[in-house]
Amino acid sequence: MTMLLDILSWVLLSLGGLSILIGGIGALRMPELYTRMHAASITDSMGTILVLLGIMLQAGWSLATIKLIAILLFLLLTSPTSSNALASAALLAGTRPSEEAGQDVDEGEDEGEEKE
Amino acid sequence: MIVIFGIFLLTLLVITAIAIVRTDNLFVAVMLLGIASLLIAGNFFLLDAADVALTEAAVGAGISTVLFLSALALTSERERARSSNKALSFTVVAAAALILIYATFDKPRFGDPQAPSQIHVAPWYLEKTPEYIDIPNVVTAVLGSFRGYDTLGEVFVVFTAGIGVLFLLGSGVPLGSLPREKFNEGLRHHLIPRVVGRVLIPFILLFGLYVQFHGEYGPGGGFQAGAIIAAAIILFALLEGEKRAMSVIPARALLGLMAFGPLLYVAVGVAGIVLGGNFLDYSVLSSDSVKGQQLGILLIEAGVGITVTGVLLSIFHAFAARGR
Amino acid sequence: MEFLGLYNYWVFAILLMIGFYAVIAKRNLVKKLIGLSLFQTAVFLLYITMGKVDGGTAPIFSDAGTTIFSNPLPQVLILTAIVVGISTTALGLGIIVRLKEEYGSIEEHEIQEIDEQ
Repeated sequence: MTMLLDILSWVLLSLGGLSILIGGIGALRMPELYTRMHAASITDSMGTILVLLGIMLQAGWSLATIKLIAILLFLLLTSPTSSNALASAALLAGTRPSEEAGQDVDEGEDEGEEKE
Repeated sequence: MIVIFGIFLLTLLVITAIAIVRTDNLFVAVMLLGIASLLIAGNFFLLDAADVALTEAAVGAGISTVLFLSALALTSERERARSSNKALSFTVVAAAALILIYATFDKPRFGDPQAPSQIHVAPWYLEKTPEYIDIPNVVTAVLGSFRGYDTLGEVFVVFTAGIGVLFLLGSGVPLGSLPREKFNEGLRHHLIPRVVGRVLIPFILLFGLYVQFHGEYGPGGGFQAGAIIAAAIILFALLEGEKRAMSVIPARALLGLMAFGPLLYVAVGVAGIVLGGNFLDYSVLSSDSVKGQQLGILLIEAGVGITVTGVLLSIFHAFAARGR
Repeated sequence: MEFLGLYNYWVFAILLMIGFYAVIAKRNLVKKLIGLSLFQTAVFLLYITMGKVDGGTAPIFSDAGTTIFSNPLPQVLILTAIVVGISTTALGLGIIVRLKEEYGSIEEHEIQEIDEQ
């Protein structure tokens, strides 16, 4: 049983690390602010949940698991809120989603990236 | 495994530091400084310094970023000129770095239990804490009792910084003198951060109190708790607006908090004299000397927490109310 | 493990000098303060690195029954130092805000020019 839990927690941790890596690559490669935030939000949600679930399986039924659940709830509440606040602040500052970022690859030509 | 984590965190730290120096947008530099604080907090945790990691995360990554940003809101955001004497500075700095790196080869081996720093006072503290003070967290025992004078001096340093900033920037403009729209209305039109903030602020305050009173049993204590509680109230001020935050906790109450903390600390010290011992001798505070030590540490940690809260909030309000 | 120790000390030296370079070579006052903050962070890293003991844990007595602890004294010193550092930074930022109001600029050479007039 512990072997199964170990394997499961390793799978969850690896998937969480992969999500964070994907979020990081997306934040680097996306053309402008709003698409980058969309990519980084994968880190906020999938990465956090998977990594913390993996650690919870390692900790078993103990006080540490309850603390980890509290941390998970807190992160799930605050990370999307801060992304929202960031996007609102960007809108207030005048950054608009670019036209090209909304087009499909087949339709428009890439005339170069729009600066944020 | 620890080796890989340590090297990874330290390399990221150096990269972040180089990015901080090279960027010319000051907001970017401040955000990267927050990231560097968090990275070094992680590294402190790897090096078995749990209290220090908590303090660095709360004070360095939290409060320091807020203070820098509120100061940047009053000054410019871009660094205008290129630096002067770049070649000379770089040569001096590189030479000093090489000399320091050469010196590191003579340092005691990392983690050596027989290194000179590990065999002098530390075993005495580790051995005598269960006997004299009997609390699990040795760092709090050393901070509060064995080295209580240093902590008293530190509380006065924090107090002086608060007074200094209030002298420089004033304690905020009185409420009646500016027209209403000049005050920051906060994020009044942004629903989601306000709702989530209102839900979270009581829990953050509760966590601050937990950290304060659990300083004797785990990582925690007055400094971290003061920073966390101040962060919760700063969050309230950011969400609801400066005016509402000042009406909830007026400036005079903050001045009172700032002054009450050191007063409590010194009062505990003087109580030691009055009851027959030395200054800051907690053993005489109660009939059982171990209980007296624990009571003394509890009281002075409360004093430290109150001071740090009052000072950080006063500084934040001084910056936020300026120039509005 | 020894390489990690040496690496810690090298990063201390490099971080110290990066912060110092920002203090002496940059002209913007806020950048100098940020460099000073980096300098202090490097010193904290040095002290905590010197306090670590092989196979030790954080110096908190727990029910787990460990007997080897890392040195608590550098941690106490650095706790104090972190708070003193933030106090100094706050005071420095207050002075910078006042300088901006009086001189209109936070670049060191511009302030010197205005002073010489």
